[in-house]
Amino acid sequence: MGNEKVKSSRRKFLKSAATLAGATIGYTWLKSTQFLIYAAEPKDKNLPWYGIAIDIEKCIGCGSCAKSCKNENDVPKEPFFFRTWVEQYTVRNDGSVDIVSPNGGIDGFEQRVPDEDIFKSFFVPKMCNHCAKSPCEQVCPVGATFLSPEGIVLIDEKYCIGCRYCVQACPYGCRFIHPVKKVANKCTLCYHRLKKNLAPACMEVCPTGARMYGNLRDKDGELVKFLKEHTTQVLRPNLNTGAKLYYNALSSEVR
Amino acid sequence: MESHYQNLYDILAHAQGYIFPNEIDLQWGILIVVYPFITGLVAGAFILASLERVFKVKILKPTYQIALLTALSFLLVATMPLISHLSQPQRAYEIMITPHSSSAMAIFGFVYLWYLTVVLLLEIWFDYRQSMVVWANEKKGAMKWIYKILTLGVNDISPRALSWDRKLGYIITVVGIPSAFILHGYVGFIFGSIKANPWWSTPLMPIIFLFSAMVSGIALVMIVYMVITYLRKKVIDLNVLDSIGKYLFFVLILDFTLEGLDQIHRIYVAEESFEIIKLLVSGKLYLTLFIAQGLIGTIIPLITLVFLQFYKHKIKVRKTMYFIVSLLVLIGVYSMRWNVVIGGQLFSKSFSGFTSFKVGLIGLDGTLMAAFWLLLPIGILTFLLWLLPPWKMVEVEE
Amino acid sequence: MKLYIPPQIPRLALAFAIFISLFLVARHFLVPDTFGKYGPYRAAAMDDYMSLEIHYSGQQACFECHQDIGDLKAQDVHSEIHCETCHGPGQKHVISGDAADILKPAGREFCGKCHAMNAAKKKNTINQIDLNKHNIDKNCTECHNAHQPWEMKK
Repeated sequence: MGNEKVKSSRRKFLKSAATLAGATIGYTWLKSTQFLIYAAEPKDKNLPWYGIAIDIEKCIGCGSCAKSCKNENDVPKEPFFFRTWVEQYTVRNDGSVDIVSPNGGIDGFEQRVPDEDIFKSFFVPKMCNHCAKSPCEQVCPVGATFLSPEGIVLIDEKYCIGCRYCVQACPYGCRFIHPVKKVANKCTLCYHRLKKNLAPACMEVCPTGARMYGNLRDKDGELVKFLKEHTTQVLRPNLNTGAKLYYNALSSEVR
Repeated sequence: MESHYQNLYDILAHAQGYIFPNEIDLQWGILIVVYPFITGLVAGAFILASLERVFKVKILKPTYQIALLTALSFLLVATMPLISHLSQPQRAYEIMITPHSSSAMAIFGFVYLWYLTVVLLLEIWFDYRQSMVVWANEKKGAMKWIYKILTLGVNDISPRALSWDRKLGYIITVVGIPSAFILHGYVGFIFGSIKANPWWSTPLMPIIFLFSAMVSGIALVMIVYMVITYLRKKVIDLNVLDSIGKYLFFVLILDFTLEGLDQIHRIYVAEESFEIIKLLVSGKLYLTLFIAQGLIGTIIPLITLVFLQFYKHKIKVRKTMYFIVSLLVLIGVYSMRWNVVIGGQLFSKSFSGFTSFKVGLIGLDGTLMAAFWLLLPIGILTFLLWLLPPWKMVEVEE
Repeated sequence: MKLYIPPQIPRLALAFAIFISLFLVARHFLVPDTFGKYGPYRAAAMDDYMSLEIHYSGQQACFECHQDIGDLKAQDVHSEIHCETCHGPGQKHVISGDAADILKPAGREFCGKCHAMNAAKKKNTINQIDLNKHNIDKNCTECHNAHQPWEMKK
């Protein structure tokens, strides 16, 4: 009989211990998964929703943008890492296309094809498209690259594990691994400048005003006016990346 | 750093056509070729083991435990190529604590854990439990305690408990088959879901990866079984080899058909990336695709296997041929991983040029590291076969 | 009759329960604080960007001391070009006031980056010269004031 009492009190103890353990674990679990329950898209309409426009008619291939970007953003000067670069397309009369980007265009361009062979030629600046449906953000396994509430795709340098999945996923080739920091790196639309009401470095120095940025929600702003008055295209529209970089006068040879 | 830059300058000098400036350096190297190869071996070896358990192919019984232990040895090493390739390996734990739900790579940690614990470890445990209890009683000293711990203290070897071992083991194996598909299929999905890369982007990718995985796993078990039997100085049962050979043949045909379908579709539809891919396949990938993967890895083994099914040669000749065929198949599947991973990065996303790939020898992402991860499982397997010898298991009394 | 529970199951359930709880506890301590505030990322990362150094000040900062040059520039064709396009990052100079902390561009190649003849440059966007023919023995600034290019010197 005494045995029964011991058994039942032991059973009671085990039951309460298990309940306590279960509650602790449950609380810990719920707290950590809060972000899973949170909505994916922050919808603060008071914040700007940034977009970019580049006017190919105006680009003269001076390379000031690419140069200033490296100065502003601590990118190594070697010709293997670019947050932005300029390409020169030369379509010859026979239909073949030459594309070059010597050191990203930082040192300017030389004309290599004689005038008489040229059908048409133009410069195309490239940079991160800050896609609204960004494939690089989709594939990051740890959440180190993300779309900020202002619509800028950023990288958390303290969290990136360097798996390079995002570099593979970007169709525009605008990501790279920083050789010193050893994490992913790319154009941030000079986020650190935007928050201080300064223009991104590349747009600050562009001599012809070929590069523009602005708030896509501001219907009276410069950017939206530009989009309204020009015929614009994004790169790789078939991939449905929601790219927010709109080119004016984009020719079909450009990838 | 300087030598790394010098390397990149060399590659820049050899770049053909136009590549985006950031594309000069390949992001995923030889370690990412080794990783799907290893998980493929795991999935394939497990599928072969489940043929015996679930589909009751009795002839394969001698290979059952060998296949499971082989799968476990390779699975234990499977994460290492990935971790050693990260440029911030000390942060690898982040994938477990904050997995990004939209990323295929993020599920890896959990699929891996699931497969390791719920499928492989449990199945081996259920199969070996009775023997481990007996060994714990027989041995003395440290070994006694090791076996005791491995049994998790479940010492009941009454017929009722043993029948539950079998039942639960059966359930685990059944669960394990789709788990093996996910374990390796998701690797295919990681590549197949990259819409930015036309060499990778196809819904067939997970299936192609899976079937070539099964091929490699079956070939591996064939080799391991032959080597172990030779080392134990036992006579090999040719029926077992013939049976494995038969399954190898069927899965290889399916694999070849699927990969062929992918290429035929690509050639027929000829989307915008087709021109550059044509150049890739006929140029930089010619040796590894047509010769290594196609001829050596698929055509020659297929012809040989058909041959072996119809003409029963002398035992020694057949054994040698099976061994060589398995080796060729492994080379072929490794080349397939190479062609997918490296091939997809050799051409530019501008579709206008190529970069080149120089494999480093030393360093965390070099050839020596890759070779180490490939050879380590063999060491682990040797240890496991010593700890849990299949031929010393206690026979179940029917 | 009591329900028969195979002896393996409770032991295995316990092993898994221990394993999972250890994982959850570790996770509670390892997940960064601001993770999940706005989405599946560390919200403090955006603040990390705010601590980055600025290198280009914008030309309003230049005009604080150099308004005279600003006025000059506004009268000629370089009016839309910001100072730092040619003079490089100016923040260091804005803070120190030292002339050595900012670039003073020189040489024909420098002006040539914009003005050298290239078929890709639209003629209505920029004036172009052949660097190999146009006054090859002179520096551009010997005839042109960079801030008032059409006001020829001499």
